[in-house]
Amino acid sequence: MSGVDLGMPTFPDAARQAVRDAQLRHNLGRATSTIRNKRAAVVDELDDWEQLRASGAAIKAHTLSRLDTYLERFEAAVTAAGGTVHWARDAAEANRIVTELVRETGETEAVKVKSMATQEIGLNEALASAGISAWETDLAELIVQLDEDRPSHILVPAIHRNRSEIREIFRREMAGSGTPAPADLTDDPVQLAEAARHHLREKFLRANVAISGANFAVAETGSLVVVESEGNGRMCLTMPDNLISVVGIEKLVPSWRDLEVFLQLLPRSSTGERMNPYTSVLSGVTEGDGPSNFHVVLLDNGRSEALADEVGSQALRCIRCSACLNVCPVYERAGGHAYGSVYPGPIGAVLTPQLYGVESEDTASLPYASTLCGACYDVCPVAIEIPELLVHLRNRTTRERKGWFDRLTGTAMRGLGWVFGDSKRLGRAQRIASLGGRLFGRRGIGRLPWPMSRWTDARDAPAPAPESFRQWWERNRTGSGDER
Amino acid sequence: MRVALFATCLGDTLFPGAVRATLRVLERLGCTVEFPPGQTCCGQMHTNTGYHEQAVPAVRSFVAAFEGYDHVVAPSGSCVGSIRHQHDIVAERGGDRKLSEAVGRVSPHVYELSEFLVDVLGVTDVGAYFPHRVTYHPTCHSLRMLRVGDKPRRLLSEVRGIRLLELPEAEQCCGFGGTFALKNPDVSVAMGADKTRHVRETGAEVLCASDSSCLMHMGGLLDRQREGIRTMHLAEILAGTEEDR
Ligand code: SF4
Repeated sequence: MSGVDLGMPTFPDAARQAVRDAQLRHNLGRATSTIRNKRAAVVDELDDWEQLRASGAAIKAHTLSRLDTYLERFEAAVTAAGGTVHWARDAAEANRIVTELVRETGETEAVKVKSMATQEIGLNEALASAGISAWETDLAELIVQLDEDRPSHILVPAIHRNRSEIREIFRREMAGSGTPAPADLTDDPVQLAEAARHHLREKFLRANVAISGANFAVAETGSLVVVESEGNGRMCLTMPDNLISVVGIEKLVPSWRDLEVFLQLLPRSSTGERMNPYTSVLSGVTEGDGPSNFHVVLLDNGRSEALADEVGSQALRCIRCSACLNVCPVYERAGGHAYGSVYPGPIGAVLTPQLYGVESEDTASLPYASTLCGACYDVCPVAIEIPELLVHLRNRTTRERKGWFDRLTGTAMRGLGWVFGDSKRLGRAQRIASLGGRLFGRRGIGRLPWPMSRWTDARDAPAPAPESFRQWWERNRTGSGDER
Repeated sequence: MRVALFATCLGDTLFPGAVRATLRVLERLGCTVEFPPGQTCCGQMHTNTGYHEQAVPAVRSFVAAFEGYDHVVAPSGSCVGSIRHQHDIVAERGGDRKLSEAVGRVSPHVYELSEFLVDVLGVTDVGAYFPHRVTYHPTCHSLRMLRVGDKPRRLLSEVRGIRLLELPEAEQCCGFGGTFALKNPDVSVAMGADKTRHVRETGAEVLCASDSSCLMHMGGLLDRQREGIRTMHLAEILAGTEEDR
């Protein structure tokens, strides 16, 4: 999957637009701070949170280190339970398999449970081009789909929208794809939810195919676990006769004992709840209960390549809780769309470049979309060292990219590195700088030309000191002068 | 106690006042301070921008200058963070086993100022006097890389005459982020604007932090806003005494 140009603007360009959008910043600031505080409160309740977190990290790391074994175990268990497992190397292959499976049922529509994997591969679009309508049934996903928008958050895809914007979308778009919104719809959350419920109910009752992802896949029993808050997932997993689940290969956990750890970590980290309102487990086919035709598509799509990178593979531990997004000060200002991928925020900045490579400008700009403040690591329930990973991927970027600007920066960095390699060279550079400092006096510098204008457009810059510490020390402490 | 002072390239060149203040505090507490002249830079800017190979000379010069000292003190949380958590990565990338070993010997002896004062010297009252309204921003690398916790605040709270004011959302990043400030100036400034708004809300005359780099960013914004709020390094507040009046 490497080398794919997502065709998006680079992060700094996209973020510039987002920062200027006052409404967006307001929506995001409110939503992230609410969910951030909720998370902090329920995490603080547990004395053993850090142990849980360490277990979560260890279980995932172990599973990833023997992924082949667990995948085979999972396949055998699913098959024994009456399901069918398919293997998809990349997005195109996964889309082809799912399209074919839907076609075999003779249906032209499907209901969907919110799933990052199907978004990653662009399944809805692929199905649409094959004449199959896939309806999102998660409330926020529905909002995004109706508006033909893109999700901007892993957990709350419409986090960039407020209530009155949502009402407008419902009023404008619902009629085009089913039950219309009531004419007197207000922006009261109860009314909005009711409108969505009516709109979706019609689809649930009609659908004979469901498409889902999975939060976890338990190898020992071949079970898929889907957690959610609205009950739409439960409907999708139990009502239609056909179920197709697209599951990233990193979703595996060895056993139910391991699952227990994650069922504690995930809700507290993601929605700030102690337990998920709905936890659905599907273990193959049961006569007269749930789908009779059950398929799992195991998706690689760049994952095994990421797995081969000793540092980078940490990112595959991710359980998509989105806690790192909610605490990220950069995400809060730039919004999810700026990351140009279905995976925004800190996890997106380390996952997207690994799944798609750093050949294109946009993916290469992602590891730099962070101040390395470390807030993401502190909240990550599986202790992914995101700052370390960002720096690691920056290094990969500087080694792999060979454009003129990259070469220019590389040369400058080498030059500076050479100066820093020897105190005599640094001392000479400082003497030149301090001449400049005497020129400016101790006032700040107001405006500088490009590229330093990127600093001085909004910030004064300090003038170099008229005397460096080194010069002062030589003058006062090495016998050549008196201390002032 | 014999202490080697690491000025950091930024402190040495742009903010020598903070380094002289560090020297003053250490000497007042009875340390014998040396300035190893071979020192240059920790290499953090290179490393964090992804130029690990180009950071090797800086790491090499660092260990050469500081090898053998039991205590190396620097007035910067982020430089000390880089030394402790990144020098081994850089040395390994450089493929120099000797350098890796030297890094392993030197790094554990390097302390950020507040760590050294509280953990090694065991003091929180350094005999300072500073009769002003101050708010403290805990910089990210001190907080989340070094985990210095409330050490800087404990030092400040013992300063005579000081009025410490609580900074709202103190633990949020100021938006500096090294080359981030240049690569993503819009987000950097947006974060800094929120930070300086919180600083203004406190009514402080002085914004204090333990990293000259973050102070350069926040100070640059405050100066542009013409708010009359000064920035000072922790060492500069700890250095002042009643006799200075
Ligand atoms: S990286 Fe960690 S915090 Fe972020 S979404 Fe994944 S599991 Fe959650």
